[in-house]
Amino acid sequence: MAKLAPEYLSESVLDIDAEAVKKELVSKYPTKVARKRAKQIVVNEVAPDLTVPEIQSNVRTVPGLMSQRGCTYAGCKGVVLGPTRDILNITHGPIGCGFYSWLTRRNQTRPKGPEDHNFMNYCFSTDMQDEQIIFGGEKKLRQAVQEAYDIFKPKAIGIFATCPVGLIGDDIHAVAREMKEKLGINVFGFSCEGYKGVSQSAGHHIANNGVFTHIVGLDDVVREGEFKINMLGEYNIGGDAFEIERLFEDCGITLISTFSGNSSYDNFANSHTADLNLIMCHRSINYVAEMMDKKFGIPWIKVNFIGAEASAKSLRKIAKYFENDKLTAKVEEVIAREMPAVEKVREEVRSRCQGKRAMLFVGGSRAHHYQELFREIGMEIIAAGYEFAHRDDYEGRQVLPGLKVDADSRNIEELHIEADPERFRPRLDAAGVARLQQEGITLSEYEGMMAEMKSGALVIDDICQFETEKLIEIYRPDIICAGIKEKYAVQKSGVPMKQLHSYDSGGPYAGFQGAVNFYREIDRMVNSKVWKYLKAPWQENPELAATYAWE
Amino acid sequence: MKNEDNAMLLRHTPKEVKERKALTVNPAKTCQPIGAMYAALGIHRCLPHSHGSQGCYAYHRSALTRHFKEPVMAATSAFTEGASVFGGQANLLQAINNIFSVYEPEIIAVHTTCLSETIGDDIPQIIAKARDEGKIPPEHYVIHANTPSYVGSHVTGFANMVKGMVDYLAAKNGHRTNRINLIPGYVEPSDMEEIKRLAGELGVPTIMFPDTSNVLNGPQTGRFSMFPAGGTTVADLIAAGSSMGTVALGPLASGPAARALDTKCKVPCEILNLPIGLRATDEFIDTLRRIAGVTVPDSINIERGRLVDVITDMHQVFFHRKVALAGDPDQLISLTQFLVDLDMWPIHIVTGTPGKKFEAKIKEITKEVPHPVNVRAPGDLFLLHQWLKNEPVDLLMGNTYMKYIARDEDIPLIRFGFPIMDRVGHSYFPTVGYRGGLRLLEKILDALLDRQDRDAPEERFELVM
Repeated sequence: MAKLAPEYLSESVLDIDAEAVKKELVSKYPTKVARKRAKQIVVNEVAPDLTVPEIQSNVRTVPGLMSQRGCTYAGCKGVVLGPTRDILNITHGPIGCGFYSWLTRRNQTRPKGPEDHNFMNYCFSTDMQDEQIIFGGEKKLRQAVQEAYDIFKPKAIGIFATCPVGLIGDDIHAVAREMKEKLGINVFGFSCEGYKGVSQSAGHHIANNGVFTHIVGLDDVVREGEFKINMLGEYNIGGDAFEIERLFEDCGITLISTFSGNSSYDNFANSHTADLNLIMCHRSINYVAEMMDKKFGIPWIKVNFIGAEASAKSLRKIAKYFENDKLTAKVEEVIAREMPAVEKVREEVRSRCQGKRAMLFVGGSRAHHYQELFREIGMEIIAAGYEFAHRDDYEGRQVLPGLKVDADSRNIEELHIEADPERFRPRLDAAGVARLQQEGITLSEYEGMMAEMKSGALVIDDICQFETEKLIEIYRPDIICAGIKEKYAVQKSGVPMKQLHSYDSGGPYAGFQGAVNFYREIDRMVNSKVWKYLKAPWQENPELAATYAWE
Repeated sequence: MKNEDNAMLLRHTPKEVKERKALTVNPAKTCQPIGAMYAALGIHRCLPHSHGSQGCYAYHRSALTRHFKEPVMAATSAFTEGASVFGGQANLLQAINNIFSVYEPEIIAVHTTCLSETIGDDIPQIIAKARDEGKIPPEHYVIHANTPSYVGSHVTGFANMVKGMVDYLAAKNGHRTNRINLIPGYVEPSDMEEIKRLAGELGVPTIMFPDTSNVLNGPQTGRFSMFPAGGTTVADLIAAGSSMGTVALGPLASGPAARALDTKCKVPCEILNLPIGLRATDEFIDTLRRIAGVTVPDSINIERGRLVDVITDMHQVFFHRKVALAGDPDQLISLTQFLVDLDMWPIHIVTGTPGKKFEAKIKEITKEVPHPVNVRAPGDLFLLHQWLKNEPVDLLMGNTYMKYIARDEDIPLIRFGFPIMDRVGHSYFPTVGYRGGLRLLEKILDALLDRQDRDAPEERFELVM
């Protein structure tokens, strides 16, 4: 990951005893809850060899505590499959799930022309009624797929199961197979009932499995272009993917498919023809990368296009991988072209933001990635945590072999993938891997968030409302990043809150132009005049006047 | 100006209407639990609780937060696969214990979800167990409502939770007070405030429940409070059983609670349409006047007179303009009546909430409109869009999702209903009462006249309109 020049690192030492804060955070909880939460709240301590303390994560949410988390359906249909424009996604269940996941994540898409399919502005649901709960919903689902086909003629239909579907035993996969046969288009199902797993994370895994099984590899046509890559774990919130696509294009890098921002079905089908997979959000998409590596021989590297320095570093990583002078020159040219504008704004904004403190509690990668941007404008991260990540996202992938698989994770299918007899083609030989290693690039490697945070900072997994309030009370941070549910409670405390799931508004924040946008946004928020006006003049100076002032 | 060449946002919506039996496209409703959560936020010091998997509560809180831009506090039982197989009792007991220990509400209002309903969790039994095990502190309450997502809509869920307040709390104390219960319906906090204000102007002592004003339109003070100043107190909910009568606004959202009060505590009720527009507000004021035996003060006559005045002043703009509407039944019935009273033509009307009475009622209201009227319950926005491709309109009224239709068809949209995620105002400025009617008129006039200004050829562009 990008290492910042020393001037970007704040010299200030965290002046609050984080161990004492941790005690305070769990002090009000019933004993068992306190014991559990204590394992999910860790004071960071980075050893010289970059090892960090263990943090419990990806475990059950405590009922009643007001977690930030959502469900498996949200992770599957909402996050991973939501941004693909031309798959017609039918939610099989009562109306709510389809309704709430309809256009609310701000995934943008750019159809190729007026004729190109784009179903993202639509919501399709079987609107299950009590009759289907009692007698089964397969018949209605079959009919719904037929009607969707008759009216919209899509090239593919996805079916998403909601909680009651699993309970009443509807076989969505049987319906999908039958309708695929009947209609002659690709129809596939996702058993992403909301109660599965412990968070959205289970839904990501289910989505990865489904996309890999039913779509990836269907189209073997090798497209023209050099330096073919896939971008994984990028969802084009607020136009992030557009900015990254612009950079790839200018560098002469050929993007085969993004999973799944601004993506299409055909991109997925063809994605196994790429020569490198880039992972942005490790949590939500590493499964597809691993499976493509095993089946087709495509290696993956971790990148980060959040932050200008990180973007530059990521582009250079790609150039090193392909070991091509022309590409290297082009990458350097693009970085040199982009950086002056970034630096100009960065200096200006840093003069107003230096030393301010931020907390990030969001996602499965964003709490890590956005630390880059804050550091670039001289801000300090005093606490961070993920909503649905696993230990590898915190501590790095070296913990994977030792991870215990609990009952909740065992419920999520782990596909057994073997090398494709015809299409497996290792992109690198042992010498190539060694060369990259020498240049500081390790394949299939992610160091996690904690190694890049200061010792003494708090790391909190699956934070809840109570802990957020306490942290605000104790630290009075200058800004907090979390989700929409947390936003207004934070702001009512007089602290600005930037939503980092869907940004609420604005973006892109990826790449170089995105960095500029983000610097300006944070500057706007932490330096807004409004925070000075929370109290009326008579609340600031409440002394009583005995007479009218002019008497 | 219609966007013919460029790509359309809803590019796959064909003009030709085909009957659909199974597929809902672009719904004009959502599910019961969110309505129950909203209603419960209208109780003072109440934490709504969603008994299901955590996705439900996350979605409901997110949707309400986007609509109100305010903290929406609620909790969840956070079912996993185990709870879904063995039942959610352990999760709910633990949640109740944690909530009272950590967040200290006075009352928890539990609603069910499609998950816990399909399993068949017995909530009263679990609440009794929680009480037996000492998980509910003395003088604290846990109430519940069954809100299966696969029946009705968010409006049904609201109605069920308001009825739950009556079922659990309202009590007859032996003598009647002079207070009147007001059940405001599934309306904005601003509307609830306005309904209270009107009753106050009339001098009628009331208990209004639920009351989300000062909960979901609270001030920025620099201090967050989990339980803001607003909301109906538990004491008032108990006392509602001793009131002299109930006026329930909106038959679908408020009727069940009003009837339950009558059955349980013998509090007689009048169930009225939501006071949106001139005549529905007249009915509301007149009913309160009669029941309480008061004289309508001049202040209200002036408010009414202003509304009528603007109608007379600007009638030329409203006259015979065609409107398409989507929203919830209680709102649509009053709004359609108001538009007809303005001599406008509401010609396409859908609600996602099922109910045959709605279609009959709308047909009745629009029978003097000299134009065919399409109405469907349950219908969806896809159908509405197809209708107006066949018979265009001058104006759309509905929630934020309608803006995709508005842009594709180049028709002005007035945001009205739930959810409104891209504008503010609804939680601060009411659309009920005479003042609310005036605000609606202002919005309609602005929309139509801005459009006229935009489209007028240079020689017909006018200063005075």
